[in-house]
Amino acid sequence: MLTKRIIPCLDVTGGRVVKGISFVQLRDAGDPVELAAFYDREGADELVFLDITASSDARDIMIDVVEGVSREVFIPLTVGGGLRNINDMRRILEAGADKVSINTAAVLDPQLISDGARKFGSQCIVVAIDAKALEKKIDSPEEGPLALDQSSRWEVYTHGGRTPGGIDALKWAERAVELGAGEILLTSMDTDGHQDGYDLELTRAISEAVNVPVIASGGAGKLEHLYDAITIGRADAVLAASIFHYGTYSIRQAKVYLSERGIPVRL
Amino acid sequence: MICIIDYGAGNLRSVAKAVARLGYRAMVTARPSEVLSASVVILPGVGAAGDTMRSLEALGMVDPIRWVIGEGRPFLGICLGLQVLLTSSEEGGGQECLDVLPGRVRKLPQGIKVPHMGWNQVRQMSPHPLFEGIPDGANFYFVHSYYADPDDRSIVAGETDYGIAFPSVIIKGNMVATQFHPEKSGDWGLRMYDNFLKFVGGGSWR
Repeated sequence: MLTKRIIPCLDVTGGRVVKGISFVQLRDAGDPVELAAFYDREGADELVFLDITASSDARDIMIDVVEGVSREVFIPLTVGGGLRNINDMRRILEAGADKVSINTAAVLDPQLISDGARKFGSQCIVVAIDAKALEKKIDSPEEGPLALDQSSRWEVYTHGGRTPGGIDALKWAERAVELGAGEILLTSMDTDGHQDGYDLELTRAISEAVNVPVIASGGAGKLEHLYDAITIGRADAVLAASIFHYGTYSIRQAKVYLSERGIPVRL
Repeated sequence: MICIIDYGAGNLRSVAKAVARLGYRAMVTARPSEVLSASVVILPGVGAAGDTMRSLEALGMVDPIRWVIGEGRPFLGICLGLQVLLTSSEEGGGQECLDVLPGRVRKLPQGIKVPHMGWNQVRQMSPHPLFEGIPDGANFYFVHSYYADPDDRSIVAGETDYGIAFPSVIIKGNMVATQFHPEKSGDWGLRMYDNFLKFVGGGSWR
């Protein structure tokens, strides 16, 4: 049976992991290779590295990080943050990433998804969606196939959640998959950082709308949140940062918890 | 020399790094002559069957691959590197493949999420040196939308369930092929590479 994946997310800037984990004895809590190896030993099913500087000079540093991590750690590696074109994607993949995650660039130029899928295969292309619930219904919808309309519930944001994109998250997810996205990394901006649980309605709506795996992100604070995202939210994988980085729970604990409740995991 | 065929597949470097991690030296090459003179040949793969076949044809790699396998040279196919060994694939409306193994590559059944992406168990059909030290039912990392369905079921050494039970490891003499990515399957995956390199050709190639 296909297991549900537990994915720690590591934010990188200047070649260092920020919010580096401090609860274990590592020589250097900010070293990406050491942290990746640590999470691998803990049983992480995959790793996501997010370049939070994402300027063009940072790209070369990120390539070194990916090179280093992929020499030591033999589990799937997804890299995102500021990838703008096919060449950016190619360089990261050649450095040893298995998948690239694109967000703003995909919204601005959806063809990047199809070009990337054609060049590298759909399995390489993760479309990250930052979604936020609409506070009120849309009265006068804009033109366009993805535009928010009366039935819309969540809007897509770009540029690290700073810019409202004016498009419907559900329609965007469906479109991204049509174009060749192999996976959706779905972050709720409403729940992210609150450690109060994932946005289960959003996760379920997107997961049921698309036929590719959906990774739930944003809001994990307790192990039951992971369980709920998988069972109620129908997520195929759960991503978390704080609960693992700060040692609230280990990945092993999360997996044992899920396994005891009947969720198939890789132990 | 271990030779990893370079036809632009995305996981080429991961395969090279896994082999390097085990202490072996491998050459990454796009030249048919180097494949023909290699002692072990690895065909990695991700992406689509059509693109892969076109790339292999453009490099003049089709006959060399058939030749080394036909000769019983140690060979490892990974993911799409397994699928292209069959006669043809349903992918992209139908694609002729290498026809080293009679059979078809079929689409995973409807009603489940595709691609089959993530860690899943490999059921070992019979003991084999490839599985040495690896528990039956160990998890390996899969990413694929199609699966190989060889006519000769006796070569199916491992099976995995996703919608149906499909062959995830095929072994025929010195030819080994896996649907999953051992280079992304943590310790068991590295162990499988190590086992392969130890047992193939009786280890005499080293």
